[in-house]
Amino acid sequence: MLGPTAGGAALARDSVSLAHEDVWRALAEIPDPEIPVISIVDLGVVKEIRVEGERVEIDFTPTFMGCPALETMRVQMESAVRALGAEPDVRVVLDGSWSTDRISPEGREKLRAAGFAPPALRSAGTPTLIQLERGAFQCPWCGSPDTRLDNVFGPTPCRSLRYCHACRQPFEQFKTI
Amino acid sequence: MTSRIDLILTLADDELILGWRNSEWTGIAPFLEEDVAFSSIAQNEIGHARALYELAARELGTDADALAFDRPLDEYRSAPLVELRRLEWARTIARHWLYETADAIRLEALQAADDPELAGIAAKMGREEVYHRIHAEMWIDRLLASQEGRPRLDEALAELWPYALGVLDEDLRPELVRRVEAKLERVMPAVEPIGRDQHEAELAELLEEMTMVRRSAPAGAQW
Repeated sequence: MLGPTAGGAALARDSVSLAHEDVWRALAEIPDPEIPVISIVDLGVVKEIRVEGERVEIDFTPTFMGCPALETMRVQMESAVRALGAEPDVRVVLDGSWSTDRISPEGREKLRAAGFAPPALRSAGTPTLIQLERGAFQCPWCGSPDTRLDNVFGPTPCRSLRYCHACRQPFEQFKTI
Repeated sequence: MTSRIDLILTLADDELILGWRNSEWTGIAPFLEEDVAFSSIAQNEIGHARALYELAARELGTDADALAFDRPLDEYRSAPLVELRRLEWARTIARHWLYETADAIRLEALQAADDPELAGIAAKMGREEVYHRIHAEMWIDRLLASQEGRPRLDEALAELWPYALGVLDEDLRPELVRRVEAKLERVMPAVEPIGRDQHEAELAELLEEMTMVRRSAPAGAQW
């Protein structure tokens, strides 16, 4: 409900005024639970929003299937929609639709500025060890491509560990999936 | 129970049990990088299991935790390969590589099958598992190139080969033979597969440990 005074007509009018853009804007305020420099919209996990009256359906396409942040994201999306006065229905889409290519250009830049090297685009092909061991990954700190793979895995499943020979800093590389 | 549910539970059980086994390295792997790697791989596998159990639970009218934790031992469909407790590095690496190689073949077949929902989940799992295979193959290369590593790996592969064949249905086994032989550059022996018609004794201990918290708080534990 929209509030104690909202009658049928007012409800209808308010519901119409809740536009797609309002929901997108509200979701864009939600930080990623593990990498709060980017929002979940930058991350690309919101696939589609449908506003039907006072109901808002969100198609949520998770990142890594075992990511513990998924439940937090879902709860935060639900409360953001409720704060707009609508009833959320978050649907988890478990197909291959999320990939790191869905991270927005703004999101990639925010990651880099925070010291996480953004993922290579999938158009570069399925990752191989040879590719990961090449120095084609740029250090987010100094921009040098003179980097090495230290570990395919890192502090969370979405990251690898690399080391920059130029500025002698370790850094985290977003995996391409 | 339909063959579709049976297939989903087979995949889920393999991922859950191996995820549990891989997580046994958390804190005690030979070095920190492997601690991190096996913990991450375990997390991915248990995440895959959860998604698959949720899919099956929706059709069976139950929930994912009930499927993961409340079934009697003889209803688990896991392959004996994933049930073995092998806290020895060469065997761990051999099992890891054999399983990931077999799993890739199975997921590729699912992506090509006429079931969009399963094909979608298989595609999503496959993208994560690329990194498991990269990790496993890196280790195989390293052990094959080492004087101490090679005989230890060979011994582990000989022990686990019948188990590896038992992960796949008969029609997919020749592809596993082809990929393993291509990587090792030698012919694998023709052996009788150790398949899903039996469980390893270690599974009972694993289930005992894995379900302990749930059994102690049947109404659901809250943290």
